[in-house]
Amino acid sequence: MKNRSLPFALTMIGLAALLFITLVASIILGAKDIAVINVLRALFTDKINDQILIIKEIRLPRELAALFVGAALAVSGAIMQGMTRNPLADPGLLGLSAGANLALAIVMAFAVKVSFMSIIVACFVGAAVGAGLVFGIGSLKNGGFSPVRLVLAGSAVSAFLYAVSQGIAINFKVAKDVSMWTSGGFVGSSWNQLSLVIPIVAIGIAVSILFSKQVTVLSLNEDVATGLGQRTALIKAILFILIVMLAGVSVALAGNLIFVGLMVPHMARKLVGVDYKRIIPASAIMGAIFMLGADTVARIINAPFETSVAAITAVLGIPFFLLIVNKGGKRI
Amino acid sequence: MIASRSVKKRLGWTIASLIVLIIFTFLLGSAVGHASLSFNRLLPTLMGDGTAKENIILFSIRLPRMLITLLAGMALALSGAILQVITRNDLADPGLLGINSGAGVAIALYYLFAPVGEKYASMFPLVALLGGLLTAAIIYLFSYQRRIGFKPINLVLTGVGFSMALSGLMVILISSADRDKVQFIIKWLAGNIWGADWPYILTLLPWLVIIVPFIFFKMRTLNVISLDDSVSLGLGTRLQRERLLLIIAAVALAASAVSVTGGISFIGLMAPHIAKALVGPRSQRFIPVSILLGGWLLLIADFIGRNVAYPDGLPAGVVVALIGAPYFVFLLYRTK
Repeated sequence: MKNRSLPFALTMIGLAALLFITLVASIILGAKDIAVINVLRALFTDKINDQILIIKEIRLPRELAALFVGAALAVSGAIMQGMTRNPLADPGLLGLSAGANLALAIVMAFAVKVSFMSIIVACFVGAAVGAGLVFGIGSLKNGGFSPVRLVLAGSAVSAFLYAVSQGIAINFKVAKDVSMWTSGGFVGSSWNQLSLVIPIVAIGIAVSILFSKQVTVLSLNEDVATGLGQRTALIKAILFILIVMLAGVSVALAGNLIFVGLMVPHMARKLVGVDYKRIIPASAIMGAIFMLGADTVARIINAPFETSVAAITAVLGIPFFLLIVNKGGKRI
Repeated sequence: MIASRSVKKRLGWTIASLIVLIIFTFLLGSAVGHASLSFNRLLPTLMGDGTAKENIILFSIRLPRMLITLLAGMALALSGAILQVITRNDLADPGLLGINSGAGVAIALYYLFAPVGEKYASMFPLVALLGGLLTAAIIYLFSYQRRIGFKPINLVLTGVGFSMALSGLMVILISSADRDKVQFIIKWLAGNIWGADWPYILTLLPWLVIIVPFIFFKMRTLNVISLDDSVSLGLGTRLQRERLLLIIAAVALAASAVSVTGGISFIGLMAPHIAKALVGPRSQRFIPVSILLGGWLLLIADFIGRNVAYPDGLPAGVVVALIGAPYFVFLLYRTK
């Protein structure tokens, strides 16, 4: 055990260093070039010049948003995969994003004044409804649905929820606002929004790490979990709230980012093994790195125009998805 | 003998009542709508005795739209029926298999980047066909495993994954385009019957006229293919070739329908299914029924969508998804 935990610590340090480098790189790269020294100044001192102003007002909030959303999606995907013993679990595939979209459309259609707080709350509720529907349908059958079937149920529920939100959006003439939001990525993320998002994500991830041991036990076998004295129902409820919180806040800030929650935990598993005590923190950092990278690509691939980061993650994710499907999805 | 006669009788009844339903929905759809054209003016207008306004409402707006909806629904249902037989999978549907989104990306590419002339609409079915075929080929390739062969559920899942990735690609395309064009494509994606005019019927009709007789000619082959691979090989079917031909036919049908109606899923799933429940699983019986049923389903969905919300209405694709998604979940729950 001891000689295995050392490499894990090293891995985490390596990942953290990589995250820092990615963060700095993502701030430098963009429509306007920025000197490395100014990035460091902006991060660690109070000096001000033109470039530092750009960094502080535009780039830094945006990259922090990408960082925290990536971490949140990856952790919620990891918990979903462990809890449901389903290697194909992902907030986008199992109805959470679609539910949050519907809630978003309802809020934009009916609310007089839309604050970011109300959007976050709406996304929580919507994500909970979407996930509840999919899991509920999945548990209709004795012994539960197979992973593949659960994904199909997820796609049907998503199709349904998207149809409802399209109907609402078209009839109340908010189609443009809703689609701007859901494919918006990190454009225009502000400190104001971050002051709500960062605490939620940080608390969510911290609590997830506290419960990581229970996730590991659940990922083995539910009977084992009960046998080991776990109060399965209570723990599942807590984990469900965590998933909804992390995925909901991501949709509220950045819209639909599919496949991130699917890919990152699998990569983390390759790197640190099958124990969720390791998978969850590693997923958080790797998710952050992935999202920063994807957002930077989205900014520079067609500069000075933005490409949708949602589209980039979707296109990057498909080979991964196919790989997992073809492996038969047996092993988590 | 008695049993088979009663089955035949049942088939006849089913087909007759579907035709009655379609005619009834046509009449209803002609008379009810945003602009009024009352029932007792319907017949005179049809006979050429209407006012100018009535003529326009009936002949230039409502009739072409309903005809195109009917034809598209039929094409989608037939496509779904073929796909379900070939993949031996009740969950197959051109929309769910990613063929719609493949055709959609092709149309978006063409619409955004081709020099748009007067006649561009008649090219839509061809462009959609190319996109759909390409997507189908890729999906087929990825869901085929050397040792196991085809796992039907993998085919569906691969399709789901692909349609998501393709929607992502679509977003990239849209994000670099003009506002007006984006508006059109977004409505297209939602399954808004946009090509509601006589010329579009002419772009859709040939495909049906060619492929429907072809499928009726292939009924025996379809029955054989629906059995085991080894059985159908034993019976002397050239399995790979027949399968390929049928897939091309199915994709062509779906793509041509989608090119005028936009992204509509679930019709190809529901219609064959309900048809099988009504008249049994033999191709000769359930395919004609599912064609009629698909046409009627889309017709009624568009009718509901047009009238449920003023003034814009709901796209038919939205209405179909609202009915179809729960049905899909029900199937998922019931099938093994």
